[in-house]
Amino acid sequence: MKKFGKYLYIGLIFFFLYLPILTLIVMSFNDNERTSGVWYGFTLKWFGEIFQSQDVMEALINTLVIAVASAAIATLVGVVACVGIMAYTRRQRTLILQLTNIPLLNAEIVTAISLMLTFGMFGISLGMGTILFSHICFCLPYVILNVLPKLRQAGSSTYEAARDLGAGPVKAFFSVVLPDIMPGVATGFLMSFTMSVDDFVITHFTRGAGINTLSTLIYSQQKRGIRANMCALSTVIFLVVLIVLLVRFFLTGRTTADKTVKGGT
Amino acid sequence: MFKRKSLSLPYILFILCGTVIPLLAILYYAMVDKSGHFTLANLAAIGDPLHLKPLLFSLLLAFICTAICLLLAFPLGLMLRRSGAGKKGFVIFLLILPMWMNFLLRTIAWKILLQKTGVINAILNAVGLKSLEIINTPYAVVLGMVYDFLPFMILPIYNVMIKIDNSLVEAAYDLGASPFRVMKDVLLPLSMPGIISGVTMTFVPSMTSFAISEILGGGNISLIGNIIEGEFLRGGSRNVGSGISMVMMVFILISMALLNKVDKNGEGAVV
Repeated sequence: MKKFGKYLYIGLIFFFLYLPILTLIVMSFNDNERTSGVWYGFTLKWFGEIFQSQDVMEALINTLVIAVASAAIATLVGVVACVGIMAYTRRQRTLILQLTNIPLLNAEIVTAISLMLTFGMFGISLGMGTILFSHICFCLPYVILNVLPKLRQAGSSTYEAARDLGAGPVKAFFSVVLPDIMPGVATGFLMSFTMSVDDFVITHFTRGAGINTLSTLIYSQQKRGIRANMCALSTVIFLVVLIVLLVRFFLTGRTTADKTVKGGT
Repeated sequence: MFKRKSLSLPYILFILCGTVIPLLAILYYAMVDKSGHFTLANLAAIGDPLHLKPLLFSLLLAFICTAICLLLAFPLGLMLRRSGAGKKGFVIFLLILPMWMNFLLRTIAWKILLQKTGVINAILNAVGLKSLEIINTPYAVVLGMVYDFLPFMILPIYNVMIKIDNSLVEAAYDLGASPFRVMKDVLLPLSMPGIISGVTMTFVPSMTSFAISEILGGGNISLIGNIIEGEFLRGGSRNVGSGISMVMMVFILISMALLNKVDKNGEGAVV
């Protein structure tokens, strides 16, 4: 009986977390142009209309371009910065890590208006550039905090060995250090990409008129009801991510299991 | 290993232009009027009931939301902890997956579910219960906040709890502790870092959110985030908006300081 109560509780929490997602997936098959709580019959036509709707396609492309660019630039700047930070004194390192933490701890809306005010102060007109800059800024901490620990863990001996054997600093970095810190770099990049795709608040304040990402387009539709093709697009994105994550989960799940077996014998 | 501090220069430039100068910009705008003269009127604007009420109401809703998330997440962490570490990856997978559906859409889905003719009411009526009419009320806003931020409470708590050595719990039982004492003296203190970090990650966003109250409050509910958004994007004054943001940050810092007092050891790392 106790066990039943336990599984009921866990089940209810996850039901709560997944109920809206189920709703949106159902809505993308509903034969009604704007989402509502009423079922009008089954249709697949919204999935075809994803690609015909110009504003949805534009928003999708903007979202992806900004996410890829900001994650890539943040990763590049962040990894290079971490190498530099390794040479810092203790006090300098503490200071820079505190500054790195600010965007993570600060309220999103405060970060957003602070950037908006700065662009205004320097007469920079809001547009793709300002969105991109802002996204790089809030992605950087994720890169730094994932890469720096890996770099410290890797230590300097392999790098110095490579240098002693005649490799230049750049070659030594790419062939010896980078493979060691790659998991951290990859995590930093993926977290940045995810945060950028899902961001609404910062884009909302730093975008220019007429530029939409998926989040801001959804927000502009929310009063009159979300268009069904938007639900369809989100369903497609969700299912793609689900499949990718499931495949990855089962692959990596198996490899870690193998490792533990080997470690045991 | 590497002796090139200069490599972090581009990053320092990003910190300066993207964090330090922008924060100083808020401070500057909060302290001057439209023509650039020093004034305290923007900070004093919080005394206006039109601003003060939303600030206090946001604090209240954020406290309620954080408390509900904690009450839901703590028992869940205990239950998941016992169900074996082998499933750890899968549990985290299940918690992170919903975040891949845009959070605005998920919030809007609650609007569809909760509306008067919505699915939830249809089910309630079918089993003979009264309709749940909470859409466009603060109850719906709290529900939306709990929904959106619950994973941020569960993840850190679960991550800490799964690392608690079960032999400590067994030792406490062997020494004759009651289940209540085991909870109070063993499990709760050991989970504290996760709880602190979960509370931080839930409180700040629920205190400052404006989209959830706009969507589920139907425009009737004004939180401090809505006020700031209005000052900046819907024809208000940037100076007043900056002033209110400054005051709001002070309130957040006070709440965080109170929280840190609870966390005596300072183990509550956020990341």
